[in-house]
Amino acid sequence: MDPRPRDKQMSIDEVVAELRDGMTIGIGGWGPRRKPMALVRAILRSDLRDLTVVSWGGADVGLLARAGKMRRAVYAFVSLDSVPLEPSFQRARQSGAIPEVMELDEQMFLTGLRAAAQRVPFLPTRAGLGSDVLVHNPEIRTIRSPYPGPDGAHDDLVAMPALRLDAALVHLNRADAHGNATYLGPDPYFDDLFCLAAERSYLSVERVVPTAELSDGVPVQRMLLNRLMVSGVVETPNGAHFTACTPDYARDEVFQQLYARAARGSEEEWEAFRSRFLDGDEAAYQHAVRTWTEEQR
Amino acid sequence: MSASAQGPATRAEVCAAAVADAFAEDGETLASPIGLIPMLGARLARRTVNPDLVLSDGVSLFMADDPPLGSTGQEVEGWFPHPRVFDMLTFGKRHVMMGAPQLDRHGNQNLSAIGDFDRPDRQLLGTRAAPANTVNHRTSYWIPRHSPRALVERVDVVCGVGAAAARAAGSGATRFHDLHRVVTDLAVLDFTGPDGTLRVRSVHPGVGADELRAATGFALDLPDPLPRTRLPSSEELRLIREVLDPRGLREREVPAR
Repeated sequence: MDPRPRDKQMSIDEVVAELRDGMTIGIGGWGPRRKPMALVRAILRSDLRDLTVVSWGGADVGLLARAGKMRRAVYAFVSLDSVPLEPSFQRARQSGAIPEVMELDEQMFLTGLRAAAQRVPFLPTRAGLGSDVLVHNPEIRTIRSPYPGPDGAHDDLVAMPALRLDAALVHLNRADAHGNATYLGPDPYFDDLFCLAAERSYLSVERVVPTAELSDGVPVQRMLLNRLMVSGVVETPNGAHFTACTPDYARDEVFQQLYARAARGSEEEWEAFRSRFLDGDEAAYQHAVRTWTEEQR
Repeated sequence: MSASAQGPATRAEVCAAAVADAFAEDGETLASPIGLIPMLGARLARRTVNPDLVLSDGVSLFMADDPPLGSTGQEVEGWFPHPRVFDMLTFGKRHVMMGAPQLDRHGNQNLSAIGDFDRPDRQLLGTRAAPANTVNHRTSYWIPRHSPRALVERVDVVCGVGAAAARAAGSGATRFHDLHRVVTDLAVLDFTGPDGTLRVRSVHPGVGADELRAATGFALDLPDPLPRTRLPSSEELRLIREVLDPRGLREREVPAR
């Protein structure tokens, strides 16, 4: 048999065991779409604390805030789309439960990830100029262009610092055991960039398949991640629930509403949600969701 | 023609036509309308005054057809995933019409938080791409409830950048800064007041100067006589009522009055 690259498959708990208190963790996906929720849920159950979370925010940010796991949130928005204002995040911000926030413009956020991926200390962008993002984040400086514009003026631009990640967590549709992976939905989001900006990247997928199957009937342009970018692979069927993982499944809108109601409700209502769905392991979560879903019929 | 298409224009329909006017002169530009009436108005513009507009499905595709509100189009003309959104943003052939929980006299917009940023009374969506939009390409705003809470003297957090703030940041911010239009449920405004401040262009039919002043959180310098926002043409009303929004979703965003 030909020699094969190493097998990077891990368990959910093995991924979380590689994370440390105080780390900067990037979370892929976008709002309520293709979030590595099984890994996020495992962090909720862990002893990890003081994390800096860098995310196009959805329930990942909300849940980590509610669980008191975050020392610092780096985001440009936190939203569930059909529930525009993420209720756990909103509550945490309004009660001062997140010690530090770095609220950025989306283009700044993207530019910071690109700088980290290119291993440069910053990249220039117009985004942020004139806005309060620079007032609330005084460590972000501007820089004068060494080159004149067509009018001879030298633009001052935002020198967006690199958003370096200790670890990235992303969720895709299929991967092989070595870390090559495809997304089958309409949008790659920035999962490749998160992996490039990170020291180590952990990939959860709906299904681990033989390498040859990744491009079998699937356009090669869908092979978003290669194994150079990936440290560990975890098979977590339905692992993005309740966010969307098109085409494997759509967002679980009914469950998202249940979550939002609990998050907006009293402490008792939140405790009931948490103990029913979040206190056990991933298998227990999936079982509890199935049971609840059947009860709604 | 159905009976409904013959009734007088509702406030929501006046707003949609005003949105279409905002996109009329853009040529081949990506219109990014955020909200129901902006979406309706942009599709109306593409069906009438500006067939070159490019519109997305709000998820990941450019659509060649203009489906009714609440439905998905059938004819895909391009792939538009999130990474491309930012490419088009900096490319500059884009006109966004954003919401504005707060918009101030100086043209600054706030999507982030109400109250003190460090401990807000109400956390909103976050800054999103408002700073990037306003310094990269044309930007308009849609305010479905014109009120003293929405139109304020000074926003709590500057996300979208007004003219004075852009000037203070220098040529990097002003080079492509292009604030265009504000459509509310009461009026149409632009940014041609002194120093790039808000100025009323017209009030919608049925709105008086006193009502507009009472609904605005800063002193308005109103022209006399006060121009009226135009009524949609009969062809526009037919398109709105029979083609673009047969379910009448527009009336939920701006109820008839």
